[in-house]
Amino acid sequence: MLKFIKSHMSTIDGIEVFPIISFVIFFVFFSVLSIYVLRMRKKHVEELSHLPFEDGIEADSLNSIES
Amino acid sequence: MKVEKYQYDNQIVKMFIIATVVFGVVGMLVGLTAAFQMVYPKLNGGIPYTTFGRIRPLHTNAVIFAFVGNGIFAGVYYSLQRLLKTRMWSDLLSKINFWGWQLIILSAAITLPLGITTSKEYAELEWPIDIAIALIWVVFGLNMFMTIIKRRERHLYVAIWFYIATFVTVAMLHIVNSFELPVSLFKSYSWYAGVQDALVQWWYGHNAVAFFLTTPYLGLMYYFVPKAANRPVYSYRLSIIHFWALIFLYIWAGPHHLLYTALPDWAQSLGTVFSIMLIAPSWGGMLNGLLTLRGVWDKVRESAVLKFMVVAITAYGMSTFEGPMLSIKSINAISHFTDWTIAHVHVGALGWNGFLTFGMLYFLVPKMWKTEIYSNRLANIHFWIGTLGILLYAVPLYWAGWAQAQMWKEFKPEGVLSYPNFLETVTQITPMYLMRAIGGTLYLTGVFVMVYNLIKTAKQGKFMANEDAEAPALEKEVMVHSGEHWHRKIERRPIQMLVLSLVLVAIGGIIEIVPTMIVKSNIPTLSSVKPYSPLELEGRDIYIREGCNNCHSQMIRPFRAETARYGEYSKAGEFVYDHPFLWGSKRTGPDLAREGGNKLRKSNSWHYFHMLDPQEVSPGSIMPAYPWLFEDELDVSLIEKKISAMRTLGVPYPEGYESIALADLQKQAQQITDDLAVEKLEVAPNIEIVALIAYLQKLGKDIEAQPEVPTETANAQ
Repeated sequence: MLKFIKSHMSTIDGIEVFPIISFVIFFVFFSVLSIYVLRMRKKHVEELSHLPFEDGIEADSLNSIES
Repeated sequence: MKVEKYQYDNQIVKMFIIATVVFGVVGMLVGLTAAFQMVYPKLNGGIPYTTFGRIRPLHTNAVIFAFVGNGIFAGVYYSLQRLLKTRMWSDLLSKINFWGWQLIILSAAITLPLGITTSKEYAELEWPIDIAIALIWVVFGLNMFMTIIKRRERHLYVAIWFYIATFVTVAMLHIVNSFELPVSLFKSYSWYAGVQDALVQWWYGHNAVAFFLTTPYLGLMYYFVPKAANRPVYSYRLSIIHFWALIFLYIWAGPHHLLYTALPDWAQSLGTVFSIMLIAPSWGGMLNGLLTLRGVWDKVRESAVLKFMVVAITAYGMSTFEGPMLSIKSINAISHFTDWTIAHVHVGALGWNGFLTFGMLYFLVPKMWKTEIYSNRLANIHFWIGTLGILLYAVPLYWAGWAQAQMWKEFKPEGVLSYPNFLETVTQITPMYLMRAIGGTLYLTGVFVMVYNLIKTAKQGKFMANEDAEAPALEKEVMVHSGEHWHRKIERRPIQMLVLSLVLVAIGGIIEIVPTMIVKSNIPTLSSVKPYSPLELEGRDIYIREGCNNCHSQMIRPFRAETARYGEYSKAGEFVYDHPFLWGSKRTGPDLAREGGNKLRKSNSWHYFHMLDPQEVSPGSIMPAYPWLFEDELDVSLIEKKISAMRTLGVPYPEGYESIALADLQKQAQQITDDLAVEKLEVAPNIEIVALIAYLQKLGKDIEAQPEVPTETANAQ
């Protein structure tokens, strides 16, 4: 199996380009992520961050934080 | 909206809590034994099963997989149910997860002292246990995913993302690193050799830290810190960035464990760059955790839970700053192979993992037993003893690491090493080892205080195995908002989340590992390097069994101080037949890569006496004696299979060689015993020590056979 991959991939010129490709992937991914995070609606963010307090047992704990 | 009633399974959380505490005590006790053995080597009692080389992996495995592992499961089973407003999907799978994991721990506790080990750090367990780990891990993952699917809360809180990434990545790492060819039920050889094996191992080893000791605990931090402080996390936006940046970057950083080794340069640089970038998400996460306590710092003064969590997060911050610093080549040149690394990992293990676990336990036990903590005073005492223990542990080791590195590197004005005898650099730091052991004792004392406090708390309360809760059912039809963000969609879809996480971590892994596997120029072959003879191969297996690689490296870095001490620096081509690689990560004793070379070669009788009584040969040495190697007969029953297995893995033994291997083995053993007889040492050729001597004498010998090559080239011209 490994030999099969080996014979095919070793013929690829400039396999060193891998790190550059990965940098591009990285850069694009985080740019998109940052834009998304900055554009999130405040109300939605609040909702999400309060999830640990809504476990169906301590419904009052959420109120105690707000007060 | 219809409100549904259901119950949370607290029983499984309780079981994991008990296991966490029990294995915490056991793992730390083993660690303490190992620590004292580094000062008093005779503490092993002269028996193999308690010798440092065998119990050091027992300690690391117990702390990582038994203590922290059970801690992860306890925290995940508690928080997952509550964050998803549902019971775990299957109580049976929860129980299989629990008992399966404890069985794995038990089998590790039996096999490691018996010397059944692959030698790969934090992956020492042999192949049948590897398979069991994979199965139980899948059980855990399946139970988690089915629970996510039947949830009553549409959004997945950030803690759950960390759990998902943990599951996916640990599965991938474990499977890739565990490729091995079995020769018997308890013996296998790594599929990879030398440099490739080292790269895969440290890709695994580093990410075991990342995805077993870090990401699940960050998930726990994002759940338990807000719960304990009764405030939402400081910035949920930051937590999103923290998550994606962390899992994306961490996977690349593995090669920083192999700086200045024979690993190709580009891979080393990749490891350094990504390690430094890791500061950003790590500190983002740390600040997010600490700032969650904004406005409630007065509570920290009273609450032991919050105190533990604050120190845990601070320790996380310190070790994630130190880690990238250690990845800078010039700093790594000093720190690597010394106790600095040991100090670094213990700030993480004792501070981050230990203290977060303790904080979680002090939070959970009163809650689940419906009572208050038995004694807040005792919890605070635990906190202070523990903190002092960490300091007393770490500071002497930082000192020891730095001092030893300087001694290794110091030259006299005449251009010779100031401390040519390695032993001098060891006896210099043994007082530090003693202080470290005292620090460890303090830390463990604190844990005993906690055990007492938790038992008392449980006794005064009433445990509720099933906790009632109610929540509205999740509406089946999801309203589609036009222009909804992709991330918001993903937050609701666990499977897509899993796939995306896997893709991210796989990119890093593939780019790092594949080129080293396939590009020939990465590992220049050396024609003079020959496969191990059957006797040397058996000797090598004894070296692995005794865990010699826990204290001796086989990797000479290209520094003047190292070549002056050990000889020519190590080349990638020297390790092509090493399944597994044995570079080691710590030099408690000297490097052995050229032990059989011209510069360092000792007589067979020197090795004989040294293994029998190291202190007699080298006064002040902290190496344990190995008297059993002089009594036990060498087991040659697997030699044919071993040779065949090695050939399957690409070692060029001639076809049919396995049938004459035993004769070759006996011939070489006879030569060594004849040589020992000259020095009036009567040894039977079939005793284990003979094989070990053969292996030690082979180390570094091949490369010196090089001179023939230029002659041939000259003739050709």
